[in-house]
Amino acid sequence: MANPCAVIGVGQTEYRTKRLDVSIAGLVREAALRALEDADLTFGDIDAVVIGKAPDLFEGVMMPEAYLADALGARGKPVMRVHTAGSVGGSTALVAAGLIQGGVHDRVLVVAYEKQSESNATWALSTHPPMTASLVVGAGGYFAPHIRSYIRRSGAPDHIGTLVAVKDRVNALRNPYAHLKIEGISREMVEMTPMLWEPLRYLETCPSSDGAAAMVLASESAARGVNRPAWVHGAAMRSEPIFFAGRDTVNPQAGKDCAADVYGQAGITDPRRELDCAEVYVPFSWYEPMWLENLGFCGEGEGWKLTEQGATAFEGDIPWNPSGGVLSSNPIGASGLIRFAEAAQQVRGLAGDCQVEGARRALGHAYGGGAQFYAMWVVGTEKP
Amino acid sequence: MSSSAPNHALEFPGGYTRSVGPVIGRFLTELRDGRLVGVRTASGRVVVPPTEYDPEDGSAVTGEFVEVGPDCTVESWSWVPRPRRSHPLQRPFAWALIRPDGADTALLHALDLGVFEEGAKPPRELRTGMRVRPKWRSERSGGIGDIECFRPDIAMINDSRRTEYHLPPGRALERFLEGIAEGRFLGHRCGVCGKVYVPLKGLCPVDGVPTTEEVEVRDTGTVTTFAVNNIPDPRAPEVPFVSAYILLDGSDLAMLALVAGVPADQVRMGMRVRAEWRPREEWGATMANIKWFAPLDEPDVPFAAIKDHL
Repeated sequence: MANPCAVIGVGQTEYRTKRLDVSIAGLVREAALRALEDADLTFGDIDAVVIGKAPDLFEGVMMPEAYLADALGARGKPVMRVHTAGSVGGSTALVAAGLIQGGVHDRVLVVAYEKQSESNATWALSTHPPMTASLVVGAGGYFAPHIRSYIRRSGAPDHIGTLVAVKDRVNALRNPYAHLKIEGISREMVEMTPMLWEPLRYLETCPSSDGAAAMVLASESAARGVNRPAWVHGAAMRSEPIFFAGRDTVNPQAGKDCAADVYGQAGITDPRRELDCAEVYVPFSWYEPMWLENLGFCGEGEGWKLTEQGATAFEGDIPWNPSGGVLSSNPIGASGLIRFAEAAQQVRGLAGDCQVEGARRALGHAYGGGAQFYAMWVVGTEKP
Repeated sequence: MSSSAPNHALEFPGGYTRSVGPVIGRFLTELRDGRLVGVRTASGRVVVPPTEYDPEDGSAVTGEFVEVGPDCTVESWSWVPRPRRSHPLQRPFAWALIRPDGADTALLHALDLGVFEEGAKPPRELRTGMRVRPKWRSERSGGIGDIECFRPDIAMINDSRRTEYHLPPGRALERFLEGIAEGRFLGHRCGVCGKVYVPLKGLCPVDGVPTTEEVEVRDTGTVTTFAVNNIPDPRAPEVPFVSAYILLDGSDLAMLALVAGVPADQVRMGMRVRAEWRPREEWGATMANIKWFAPLDEPDVPFAAIKDHL
């Protein structure tokens, strides 16, 4: 049985198209120092540092953990880097949590970042090695066919994606860190934007952001007397190959298995009822209804109905992405960690204007690659 | 031109001998030593370049000189797209009012923003509020020209990287491309699950076993799902282009390929297609042998037949 693990500090940078005012080291320090300040600690109190980010090709800095170790106060301490594509922020948090749950350390600093403005993610994701003619242009080019499959399979009406695009941007208006803040965002505004990868429009896709997020995770003894910790009730990762015969790309088995594991640990049988809110990795609008089904918030083919009914809105019975989500801020490597951190802030009662009233249990979720890598945690107000 | 060329010049031999007084003299002396100073007025403001009097009210300044800069802020600017011969820089630059940190006034100087072609528009980074520093001449004589110009702070460097690889295809891909060179699609059948993988991979990703049984499949297939891409790509003939998963007849895994020869808005799930090969004399061991997949004159496959391949 795992030892208890608590989130005792959270720090985020503002997310922007370009953070030209800071270096990569300055960016991660900004988040790390805010998390330490929240936990009332200094670098000297930290036992180990876990760093996550997406492919090195994004900034062209190889092994950034080596470069960032001293910037994160890790001289003479264990430093580890995690990389699981887009899910990396979530996986990084879980690797750090594992160091606490396994009794290895008492206080672990976990930091994830991306500085997308230093290159171009679509270029970095579409490098086209010789001989294998891949026609995928960026992440949207990969996911669009699978969204089409979902629409066909579920019979969802065309406007569901638009509803998600609007809902998450409305939520972002309450989030001081959010990148996209579109006053007066509306369905008409989304539908006026060009199709990039049909069926995905421009405003149905996530932005490219610079930013970092950090958390301080603590053991039971290190969390004693701490103001408002969030406790880890369940933590799980799963993966599956990108291509195999019979793969359900719309509703991948690895995601279902990961959810079943994390709910099992948390004693959850009905996530829609037993969770108070969820921060779920939705980089393209249609992934909300798709993940509603994959994560068991409803039956297969029913996800779009929850979105349409407003169940996932801020005022709905199960708010999804009250922070505005990946659709509003997307420093890729950090995006998963932000989901995990926002879930923790909800159950700590520290989510500010994004606070879901009375939230006591929340899901943090991330996925990556060709919807192959999954990382999830359930956090709660009560110590398990 | 010749009509406006000068035909008379007035120049006092040796130049005027100008007394600069204690305040401007101090300013010029400090310039010669590579420093910027201002003078404090009775009201406490710091005036740069210093004057013997407060320009606001004419009162005498204090004797206190204050080192200012070298960090400065651009307060206003005017772009010079076509410099004249007498200008301090011979490429497009800006005249700028530049206020050194610690000063309450600005001085006028040239701002060099790098290399531009004559007539260029002002660059985006040129803006009020930008941070600049003086570029000092190595040989200084005590004049405002001891500062050659001002230059922006370094906010970004351009870091060019190139790493070259030799990527061998590996045995499986090499064999698949041998087939393509002969106009054939080769797959492998898994000895455990019986599924056929095209291109052949030499392994089954589900069972984790090596595969060796070669199977040739046809160059016809069915579109399972697709994206209409409005983002240009050098490998696609036009925008929009359709990237589709195509389940070749006899294969159990759809492969991603270009669909063309049909308007993008007429591509359908279940549509039947065939590989459009380039002329045989152009073939090599490369997927480029196939231009794209084009529609076949056959009825669409019902959704039920493809739903388990999505």
